[in-house]
Amino acid sequence: MSGAPLLELRDIVKEFPITSTVLQRRVGLVHAVSGVSLSVPAGSTLGLVGESGCGKTTVGRLIVGLDRPTAGSILFDGRDVSSLSGRERRRLHRDRQLVFQDPYASLDPRMRVGEIVREPLAIHHLGSRRQQRVAVQRLLEEVGLPPDAAARFPHEFSGGQRQRIGLARALALNPRLIVADEPVSALDVSIRSQVLNLMHDLQLRHDLTYVVISHDLTVVRYVSDLLGVMYLGKLVEVGDAEAVYARPTHPYTAALMATIPLPDPVRERAKPHGLIRGELPSATNPPPGCRFHTRCPRAADVCRIVEPPLRPFGERHHAACHFPLQDPVEGTSAA
Amino acid sequence: MSRSDGSVLTVASLRVVIALRHSTVRAVDDVSFTIAPGETVGLVGESGCGKTTIGLALLRLLPAGGRIVSGSVRLGGHELTTLDDEQMRAVRGDRIGIVFQDPLTSLNPTMTIGSQVGEPLRIHRGATARTARDRAAELLELVGLPSPSRQLDRYPHQLSGGMRQRVSLAAALACDPALLIADEPTTALDVTTQDQILELFSRLKREIGMAVLLITHDMGVVAGQADRVLVMYAGKLVEVGATDQVFYRTRHRYTQALLESIPTLTSSRAEALHSIPGQPPDLAHPPPGCRFAPRCAFMTDECRAAQPAMSGSQAHTFACIHPAEARA
Repeated sequence: MSGAPLLELRDIVKEFPITSTVLQRRVGLVHAVSGVSLSVPAGSTLGLVGESGCGKTTVGRLIVGLDRPTAGSILFDGRDVSSLSGRERRRLHRDRQLVFQDPYASLDPRMRVGEIVREPLAIHHLGSRRQQRVAVQRLLEEVGLPPDAAARFPHEFSGGQRQRIGLARALALNPRLIVADEPVSALDVSIRSQVLNLMHDLQLRHDLTYVVISHDLTVVRYVSDLLGVMYLGKLVEVGDAEAVYARPTHPYTAALMATIPLPDPVRERAKPHGLIRGELPSATNPPPGCRFHTRCPRAADVCRIVEPPLRPFGERHHAACHFPLQDPVEGTSAA
Repeated sequence: MSRSDGSVLTVASLRVVIALRHSTVRAVDDVSFTIAPGETVGLVGESGCGKTTIGLALLRLLPAGGRIVSGSVRLGGHELTTLDDEQMRAVRGDRIGIVFQDPLTSLNPTMTIGSQVGEPLRIHRGATARTARDRAAELLELVGLPSPSRQLDRYPHQLSGGMRQRVSLAAALACDPALLIADEPTTALDVTTQDQILELFSRLKREIGMAVLLITHDMGVVAGQADRVLVMYAGKLVEVGATDQVFYRTRHRYTQALLESIPTLTSSRAEALHSIPGQPPDLAHPPPGCRFAPRCAFMTDECRAAQPAMSGSQAHTFACIHPAEARA
């Protein structure tokens, strides 16, 4: 976990043009990701959390190369993959795989499970057909599916089992990094932990690095070494997961934690509700200054004008806030 | 008016089956419960346990192939299962208000907010367009929509998810229903928006004192909202009681396992994450004994032999042969 970074994002920006349907002219920009920098050591897990529209899924797509950043660079194992092309880029693609949220939508219903898991091997021409079949059997066994699963279709499996199929497919190319976008959000709580425990086992066995994207802080807590919190395209807090959970520093992080309904009636009834007012602003026209100021209970004039930089609040713990909930590390105070 | 025990809703021995192409699913199997005036009852369980089917059966909106086989549903003393379609239409939206998970699909995209919220008043109360519109503005204010009178002429797609859920709640409350059925009302929302809607539910409960059947998979939502909890597993109620009883003096092994599998912010990463092995049974062919037995760590031969009956006190019942110790 203290190793060299396998993945590094440097000031990543991703903007999507909005084109008018009539004149095909660009009429605006969605600022999906606005200057995000992150570093993930090999073998560790980064949890990336935030609500709908915060840009977390876009970051995931950029990391695996499904999209190219508008600006900034993505370093994988020290090499800038955002500028590579051709064969080298394809080869590095194998090392970065994606697991999707919806196990019902991400598996082709007309393909047998064995073919679904074999497909990445076939596309990359890895081994003979016979070797590929053997590999498929090993992968299915590894994710805890019965040997006869290969001959069956996705609809014959439950949500949890389908997510296992998705993991087997992602593992087929023996990747070094897996980006899992809401891997358990579609699953029932009693099944969730089965999949999270499996992901943890696979990480240890294959020395995998994970980026786990979720809106659910409780899920991410169980898997993350590092935690990044995003709001409207910005990283507002990042750090060692233990430190961020113990001492949430950005008011948005604290609000995300406080608003999770607790399965504890006395505490849940006693807790204040509605601390975060209002609505998420539009990503086409994000607010000036701190993007969270329109909903923040601590916002003051400076927040509406000056964008707060990420400041250190401990070793490997940064937050971007003018009025943080913790004291910043000595000598770096800006507010 | 027939005899009533003072409950808003009394469901007795309700059985619902859904006929599929090759099999018949016993979606709701001998379910009984009541809801008192002003009471919020949480119906919790995982996907496919039948909780949504109960809601749809109460409304007589079961999907094709679904039907109530036996049992009784009485709203304020009136039996609903024997009403014809027209009589039932007069109940829905008037005596029973409904809020679904996804307001984008439950609201009509071609109708303005104002006419949608006022529609129940025009249909059930014969209100004029003018009266319905004025009342719609009041209802939108009640549910906390900012500048309500300016929202009347807007369309659902122009609102955020949280605002849309406020609009569907306003429409559900239009005729001052005896019972509100809310099926996963916050599941499609972000946590900060969910928090706002839950706050709204708490406020409406204080201000209007409506009876609510809150159907959800989220034990945290139930913990904060419900006075009583019904825990459902594989078509049957397995534990019923006051919220604090069910959470703090859990008796049924399924409820216990479910609560243990919920990750929280305070539990450490080092702790192993509890999960329930296996998955729920196929309700076309449910196991003969306790339906949770195949996944239960406390299962014995007795559990597989016959379905356990409900036992316990009036305030807290459970159907388990090897219940967790009742803590003092």
